[in-house]
Amino acid sequence: MAEAHPHIRHIPDRLQSRSSRLLKSWESLLVVVALLIFVANSLASPYFLDPWNLSDATFNFTEKAMIAFAMALVVISGEIDLSVASIVALTSTAMGYAATQGFETPALVAVGLAVGLGCGAINGLLVTRLGLPSIVVTIGTMSLFRGIAFIILGDQAFTDYPASFSWFGQGYVWWVFSFEFCLFLGFALVYAVILHMTNFGRAVYAIGNNQTAALFSGVRVGRVKFTLFLLTGLMSAIASICLTSRLGSTRPSIALGWELEVVTMVVLGGVSILGGSGTIGGVVLAAFIMGMVTFGFGLLNVPGIVMSIFIGLLLISVIALPILYARLKRRVAH
Amino acid sequence: MKIWKALLVAAAVSTALVANVANAADKKIALVVKALGIGFFEAANKGAQEAAKEIGGVEVIYTGPTTTTAEGQIEVINSLIAQKVDAIAVSANDTDALVPALKKAMDRGIKVISWDSGVAPEGRLMHLNPSSSALIGNMCVKMAADNLPDGKGDVAILSATATATNQNTWIEEMKKVLPNYAGVNIVTTVYGDDLADKSYRETQGLIQSYPNLKAIIAPTSVGIVAAAQAVADAGKIGQINVTGLGLPSEMAGHVKSGASKSFAIWNPIDLGYSATMIANDLINGAEAKPGAELNMGRMGKVKLDDNNEGAMADPFVYDASNVEEFAKIF
Repeated sequence: MAEAHPHIRHIPDRLQSRSSRLLKSWESLLVVVALLIFVANSLASPYFLDPWNLSDATFNFTEKAMIAFAMALVVISGEIDLSVASIVALTSTAMGYAATQGFETPALVAVGLAVGLGCGAINGLLVTRLGLPSIVVTIGTMSLFRGIAFIILGDQAFTDYPASFSWFGQGYVWWVFSFEFCLFLGFALVYAVILHMTNFGRAVYAIGNNQTAALFSGVRVGRVKFTLFLLTGLMSAIASICLTSRLGSTRPSIALGWELEVVTMVVLGGVSILGGSGTIGGVVLAAFIMGMVTFGFGLLNVPGIVMSIFIGLLLISVIALPILYARLKRRVAH
Repeated sequence: MKIWKALLVAAAVSTALVANVANAADKKIALVVKALGIGFFEAANKGAQEAAKEIGGVEVIYTGPTTTTAEGQIEVINSLIAQKVDAIAVSANDTDALVPALKKAMDRGIKVISWDSGVAPEGRLMHLNPSSSALIGNMCVKMAADNLPDGKGDVAILSATATATNQNTWIEEMKKVLPNYAGVNIVTTVYGDDLADKSYRETQGLIQSYPNLKAIIAPTSVGIVAAAQAVADAGKIGQINVTGLGLPSEMAGHVKSGASKSFAIWNPIDLGYSATMIANDLINGAEAKPGAELNMGRMGKVKLDDNNEGAMADPFVYDASNVEEFAKIF
């Protein structure tokens, strides 16, 4: 575990090896939490350990998690994208409009991906070319993108999607494994490879740790960041295709508030909100944890607000734990 | 050895207990609302619990998302499907988005109905409207007529926008029942656009233009409050009675002052009660099809139209005797 990639020349991505060790224990902490929640759920409800029920439950997190993978990279690079949920809404609206014009499923997917990439490009250009802080840019585009969806739709809904379109959000690849869940696993792998095994991934860590140093080391900071915003746009579009297909309809309020859930998933997964560290494995675990908590509490008919409180507490404790641990260690050393 | 035996016995006993708990209530009806923590729906739950007690052997699961989103309701519905509930009665956040999830529920043998805020026909067996346009129109005119001095006088209508579908339908229904209320003379319809200040000014205009005005019917919750305020400010309490559709919490003060003798809106307790009763009727084998009559307990029977929709009852009338109590609810 300590030397995950012995075949690659080892360039340390953090100066303190202690915190990198801590990071590794973070994922093991998440595994323990996930197992505890799994066992608790199985004991609490007789309906939890049922393949079909578990399969239904995966829909609670797969779409958000797909966005979270791209978001993790953005956050590691020291930026943030709060417009993702609004990109989902605008993409869905564009696809709905195309569907009313009689376009078929492949064309709808193309329209969706194009709009998502376009939104990502706008974010990317504003951040890299104008040098604006991404939090400001994406708060702006968050209102802008959803605003356009509201102007187009008002209190109406697009509902005439072709029948074949419903497969993305309602189809199954094999037995209980839905298309969405398989897509989620596939993207987990793709993003893990991008982040942990490519030069691009190294560059993302380098930028997050010290942007100036990265720039002077020859990393094309602007291009990498632009690509990252394109990726969140793209992943939001893919999530939008799945969600729209699952709902079979589009309203401008679709995916409202998802940006915070996606960021929660990323931070819970151990990605430092200040940038520079984090893993895709952690995000995958966080996605499972959040999905299982939502579903487990749902089975017990616990009111949603209690779930929010629980996720909030989990988040705070997961962030506070390493800090407290480091402090304790320092005190012991003195 | 002893410890193991004790543990085994304990395990067996607890398994039996769990099984018993599961069997104790043999029917599970889920009341899914737009969001938790809304007085209107809490009141509906009260009605649902009352129905459950009356039927016996029924557990009502009152649930809903934290915010009024379709995605949140779908998560709730998925967990209800997993629990194998017998029926789901939902007040939908989205007419269309819930359809795939509810279809899945129906495929797995769950009886699905919508109430208050409906779901598209393919996503439910029937929809329960709190009332019907005809009943609302009639009730508005009746409330105005009942409080006319000597049983006759001029009545004006204060509506929302000229294009508001709901209001226009209700006004049309009001005009249809006029022959039954000989004393009611409708003089005009004005539009306050559901804005408090415009509704207020339109009411002032009515008071000046029609000196013999005895009642104002405002079938909008914004308009009725503004009209009552305008009547009170003009010192016309006792001469002009404001009635129509309003919310108890907003109208309590005006009922107390006498600007409004009575007004109407659906009763959420009755709505939750009726939805639960209908769900139970469907579980017991009743079929939801056009023309069918489903049992609503103390609320009588609901007859389904061609879209499998039914109207529960007349709008519920609120006056000095009960408005305080309901003002606390919604």
